[in-house]
Order: sequence, then structure tokens, then C-alpha cells
Amino acid sequence: MIDQLVTTLIATLRDVVPIAVVLFGFQLVVLRRPIPHFRRVIMGFLYVLIGLAFFLEGLELALFPLGKLMAAQLTDPAFLFGDGAPMDPSNIDWASYGWVYLFALAIGFSTTIAEPSLLAVAIKAHEVSGGGIGVWGLRVAVAIGVALGIALGVFRIITGTPLHWYIMAGYMVVVIQTMFAPRAIVALAYDSGGVTTSTVTVPLVAALGLGLASTVPGRSAALDGFGLIAFASLFPIISVIAYAQLAEWRAHRRSS
Amino acid sequence: MKAMVDSLRDLAPIVLVIAFFQLAVLQQPIPNLLEILIGAFFVVIGLTLFVRGLEMGLFPIGESMAYAFARKGSLSWLLAFAFALGFGTTVAEPALIAVADEASHVAVEAGLIEDNEQHREAYALGLRYTVAFSVGIAILVGVLRIVRGWPIQYLIIGGYIGVIIMTAFAPKEIIGIAYDSGGVTTSTITVPLVTALGVGLASSIKGRNPMIDGFGLIAFASLTPMMFVMGYGMVISR
Repeated sequence: MIDQLVTTLIATLRDVVPIAVVLFGFQLVVLRRPIPHFRRVIMGFLYVLIGLAFFLEGLELALFPLGKLMAAQLTDPAFLFGDGAPMDPSNIDWASYGWVYLFALAIGFSTTIAEPSLLAVAIKAHEVSGGGIGVWGLRVAVAIGVALGIALGVFRIITGTPLHWYIMAGYMVVVIQTMFAPRAIVALAYDSGGVTTSTVTVPLVAALGLGLASTVPGRSAALDGFGLIAFASLFPIISVIAYAQLAEWRAHRRSS
Repeated sequence: MKAMVDSLRDLAPIVLVIAFFQLAVLQQPIPNLLEILIGAFFVVIGLTLFVRGLEMGLFPIGESMAYAFARKGSLSWLLAFAFALGFGTTVAEPALIAVADEASHVAVEAGLIEDNEQHREAYALGLRYTVAFSVGIAILVGVLRIVRGWPIQYLIIGGYIGVIIMTAFAPKEIIGIAYDSGGVTTSTITVPLVTALGVGLASSIKGRNPMIDGFGLIAFASLTPMMFVMGYGMVISR
């Protein structure tokens, strides 16, 4: 276990080195001023490094094996249809995957709540908005978006409909929403699409997508297994703008 | 101590979901309970340290560099920094390396490239540099937008339209990978840093509002990879 922790720490360190080189390189060569509170900043970097190593290693110990196994078991035809069920591709009904949808919703929501980069953005947004945007409000709005996105992505894999139709329709909704959205939320909403999918969500969601694509008859893991992440990055934009519109509407109604 | 309680609360939903599905739906016992408890403990410690480190290290350095560049007043150095930050943080990103490797297998299956180690590696490496370059460009354009005060929606929606048009021409096999690559580029260390940079810039430049102008860098970083990866797919398949 200690070995593994050290390996993860080294991997995280390798991830941080290019960032540190860019930061300190520009600081020393271009800006040519000492970094304010240098020791505190270095301590902060150390905390981030050690924190991430523990976080990733903990996920690897506690969650990923079970979560991935679960994704595989839930998509197993023997579980869904009972043993010896007919595996006729023309006979697959999208509605018989009930538990898979529920799992997609639940895992999308819960992994997003634990996502460290979303937490970082939420802390910053709370600070910048002077408390107008709640840390939890934003995170729950994003998590709802991810949950719905992944559930819809699962529906797409099961039905085998083309990915780009969904993405284009989603973009249309975003464009229309943007026209009516409060200006202050737009940039943050666009950002929340990108931050949702990192350390916690991607491995579990990818396992779900690959599991489904390899067990649903007529799907290829290579072609249909991808694309769940795209859903998870699109839908939070919609849900965050909706959250802001709802908040604005309620404030409006109260004042009138 | 309070920070640890917060982390515990962040983690609780996943634990509940996994436990419910394992016990109630799949009706199986939870294996290696001890290991899982140790793992959960690690996650809580890790998240707590991470948040502490954010506020001590990543946020302050992102903001102080933004202020320093604004004071220095050299736009070209600022843009060079933006590009380097985007490129540097992405090229070594483990999630991207994994996706690029996976994509090279898809390309072989689709008959886009020959099936041997050398071709696959070249394809994966090309994909990685393409994505890293596109993220560099994204942060550069995003920073330029903050400095100039351009409204974000026109740029992003314009980008979406670009993605849709390219989807019509890109080889079918690359589309899923391209859409996904937008999501995997932004790592847990990049996001806080880039957010602090954007907010810092917007609050140190006169006439910019940190809420309206400060966010949005991540949005660019998840948009450009889709376009560049589809472009890469189109070039390779010629």
C-alpha cells in the first residue's frame, strides 16, 4: 500500500513538474520579481501534491474496483434479462435497462459532488460573486446536469443513435438559453462544462460506457464506448444556466 | 477538523450509491471492507489537504502572476505565458495519454493507419501534441478575450458552430474521441490555476468585471481540442 502511494505521488509529481516549470520560469525570467509569500506558496503546492496522491490512491483502493465491477455487472445481459435470455439484436428494448439508467444518474451526480476541480471553481465563484453564488448551489446544479447527461448518453449507447445529433441539439439549447441568461452567469456556466469531468468521474463513467457498448448487441466498444464524457461536459452548461435563470425568476417574483 | 467533515460530506453520496447498488440491487456482500475503509480515509485526507493547498498555493500564485503581468503591461509576454501554461499542463496529462492510446487502437480498427507499434505510437503522439497545442491556443485566446473585454458567448457559440460543421466532414471514427478529448484536457491542478489567472486578470484590468470576464478560460480549453482533433483526423485520413 505504501509502495502504491509513493508511485501515485511520483505520478502526480510528474504531472506538476511542467506546470511548475512554466510558472516559475516566467516568474524568474520575465516578471523578475520574487514570489510573494514564497514559502507559503511552496507549502500549498506540497499540500496539493500530497492531497492528490492520497485522494487518487484512496479512490483506487476504495471506489474504482467496486465501481467498475458494478458497471460491468449491471450491464451484463444475465443480470438484466435473466440467464439464457434471447440475445436477438432486434429484440432489445431500451426500457429493460432500468437499473443501468438509475446507476448512470446516481453515479453521475455523486462523483461530480466529489470532484475536486469543481470544488475549486465553486469556491472561486462564491468569492468573486460576493456570496451570490453558493458553493453547494453551483455544485448541485452541475451534478444534476452531469447525472442527466450520463443517463441520456446511456440511452444513446443502448439505442445506437448517432452521437452528433444529441450534441448538436444540446448546443442549440445552450445557444437559446444564452440569449436569455443573466450575463454574469454565462462564462461560469460554460466553464462548468469543462471542470466536471476529471479524476473521479472519468474512470467510472468510461467503465460504464465500455461495459454497455460491449454487451449491448450490435454496438462496438471502439465506436460507441466513447461519447459519455461529451454528454457530461455539455449538460452542466444547460443546468447551470437554468439554475441562474430560476434564481433570477424567483428574485423577480419576490420583488414584484 | 471542520475541513475534514466537509470532505467527508463531499464523499458521502458516492459511498451511498455504491453501497445501495451492491447490497440492494446486485445483492452481493461488499468485498474487502477493510481496504475500502482505508481507501475512504485516504480520500478524505487527500481532499482536505488539496483544498488547503488550493488556498495557500494555487489560487495565490495564479492571481499574483495575473497582477504582475497586468502591471508589466506587455501583452505579448502575457500571451506567451498563456500558451505555455495551456500547452505545458496538457502535454503530460495522464488522462490524455490514456485517451490517445485508446484512440490509436480505434484508428487501427477503422483502417485509418497500419496496424503496427510504430504507426500506433506516432498516431497517439500526434494526437497528444495536437490536443496540447489546441489547449495552448485556447488559453491564449481566452486571455486575449479578458484583456480586450470581448463577450464570451459569441466566441463560444461561434466555436460550437465550427464543431458542428467539422463534424459533418470528419471521419466517423474520430468524432467520439474528439468530443471526449474536450473533457479530459483540464486536470485537477490546471483548473484552479487557470481560474485564478482569469479572475486575477479581470480584477486587475480596469473596466473588467471578474464575474463576467474572469471565468471562461476552461470553456475555451474544452472547446478547441474538439476542433483540432477532428482536424487531425481529417488530415490523417487523407
